[in-house]
Amino acid sequence: MGTSETIAEGKERYKSGVIPYKKMGYWEPDYQPKDTDIICLFRIVPQPGVDPEEAAAAVAGESSTATWTVVWTDRLTACELYRAKAYRVDPVPNTGGDTEQHYFAYIAYDLDLFEPGSIANLTASIIGNVFGFKALRSLRLEDMRIPVAYMKTFQGPATGIVVERERLDKFGRPLLGATTKPKLGLSGRNYGRVVYEALKGGLDFVKDDENINSQPFMHWRDRFLYCMEAVNRASAATGEVKGHYMNVTAATMEDMYERAEFAKELGSVIVMIDLIVGYTAIQSMSRWARKNDMVLHLHRAGHGTYTRQKTHGVSFRVIAKWMRMAGVDHIHAGTVVGKLEGDPNMIAGIYDTLREPVTEQNLQHGVFFDQDWASLNKVMPVASGGIHAGQMHQLLHYLGEDVILQFGGGTIGHPMGIAAGATANRVALETMVQARNEGVDIWNEGPKVLNKAAKWCQPLQAALDTWKDITFNYESTDTPDFVPVETPSA
Amino acid sequence: MRITQGQFSFLPDLTDEQITAQIKYALKNGWAVNVEFTDDPHPRNTYWEMWGMPMFDLRDPAGILYEVNECRKAFPDHYVRVTAFDSSRSWETPRMSFIVNRPKEEPGFGLIRQEQNGRHVSYTLRSYATQKPEGERYR
Repeated sequence: MGTSETIAEGKERYKSGVIPYKKMGYWEPDYQPKDTDIICLFRIVPQPGVDPEEAAAAVAGESSTATWTVVWTDRLTACELYRAKAYRVDPVPNTGGDTEQHYFAYIAYDLDLFEPGSIANLTASIIGNVFGFKALRSLRLEDMRIPVAYMKTFQGPATGIVVERERLDKFGRPLLGATTKPKLGLSGRNYGRVVYEALKGGLDFVKDDENINSQPFMHWRDRFLYCMEAVNRASAATGEVKGHYMNVTAATMEDMYERAEFAKELGSVIVMIDLIVGYTAIQSMSRWARKNDMVLHLHRAGHGTYTRQKTHGVSFRVIAKWMRMAGVDHIHAGTVVGKLEGDPNMIAGIYDTLREPVTEQNLQHGVFFDQDWASLNKVMPVASGGIHAGQMHQLLHYLGEDVILQFGGGTIGHPMGIAAGATANRVALETMVQARNEGVDIWNEGPKVLNKAAKWCQPLQAALDTWKDITFNYESTDTPDFVPVETPSA
Repeated sequence: MRITQGQFSFLPDLTDEQITAQIKYALKNGWAVNVEFTDDPHPRNTYWEMWGMPMFDLRDPAGILYEVNECRKAFPDHYVRVTAFDSSRSWETPRMSFIVNRPKEEPGFGLIRQEQNGRHVSYTLRSYATQKPEGERYR
């Protein structure tokens, strides 16, 4: 690795003009990150002719104290502490040659650069200016290591997996949900019908979609009132706690609080917001949810605009990390087998980020750092989008049991009706969990397990018949850079 | 109606052999199994009566099944559930819960609506069985 080219503090360093970031103190290859440092891993693609170490130093500089030219006012501060330090630059495996050369740049930031408990402040630095930087062709924030000292300043999930399960009295199996369809156009009365049928049939939750707010065809109060009638009717019909994610996303915080308060008054166990409301609003709603015994569901609306392409943006792993810190209880995190983006390795990394007390480094899963979550609650991942009962063994295999499986079309599009669709999913789920616990190899025997249950459960048979050949086999765009290489045995 | 609390209520009632398989799974994970019973199956009735304490030190599935069956014998018309407790850090909560006995007739729940201002309704769930005193239900 290179050596430091930093110009020593003094008159020479602060002569007016422009000097390379590397010489300003933002490239320190000998730097040993402290336990309290925030560490970022960026994927950098420099413009042709730009030295990768200089590019990394520029990112460190622009995301901490630097501007494009030397300023004497640095000398009024403990500037060496506040400078972020790029300390390692590695070429990304399988890039370069005929293709663009990518680099992984490791940058350390001192704890005092950030306001306690504020995702807004953290992100204003880390992704504030640098992504538009001309010297870079593209830039992606791949992962972050948050020190325990900083982690502890965040509330974290309002409820968490453990308490959510205790409140719902549901253990030992994934939860089941569905999004009401069609997404738009149903009146409140018709909408509640879908909710009632699905919950009575066996789902635990039904959900508003991300763009159901308060439109001319259904204003929010109508939706809330009819949905709570449906939830309570279904609860009486089954003896189970049931819920409907009331989407309180709105134009202002005042509107969101008003809607959330009404959901609470009506006895809802859960409210929902969209990622597009912004980090500060998410933290506010998380605080509200903690104060009001409410589970907080987050739909990741909009994330695909910056998470999907490998070369530029922010990895969803990082968004998941920020959302656990910001304090949501549920987040859509991929299905592997459904209609939306999701490489199995990357999804495993994201699920670990949401659920583990300590997420360990796993390059194949795209996890670059050990992350101690400092007792922040676990977030329940939500798998939604193009999944059906016939995939139950794959879903359980990939995603485990602490997950919400949402079958929207797979419930509402069932040939025998919505309640039958819900029953098909619930029977498929319970029979698969039972088989797994009994030691059955569900990865291979899964279809057999489902067919056996379908012999006594006609709705399941109908579901298997309807969707038997539906798969979404497209190549993922967000894939791991590190793949295990088989070592030949001696 | 059929109350569908617990993780296997949509399946046919579990046989002794199937219950034993689930107990083995709990033991394999190091969880402590507990047997609980009630005649008030309201979904918010968290604290069912305990059939003794969680069997922290009993690692023999047959021994645990024996306790399950003793409880069912003593309370044939009650709901009986098997719960597995995980004491490991970051969980410290039940990890399994499934019903192994239920009354022959399950009358279910009535929904009481209290109309309030505007269209606001307050809902209360009332188990029909609990209209009788404890111990005299499901007969």
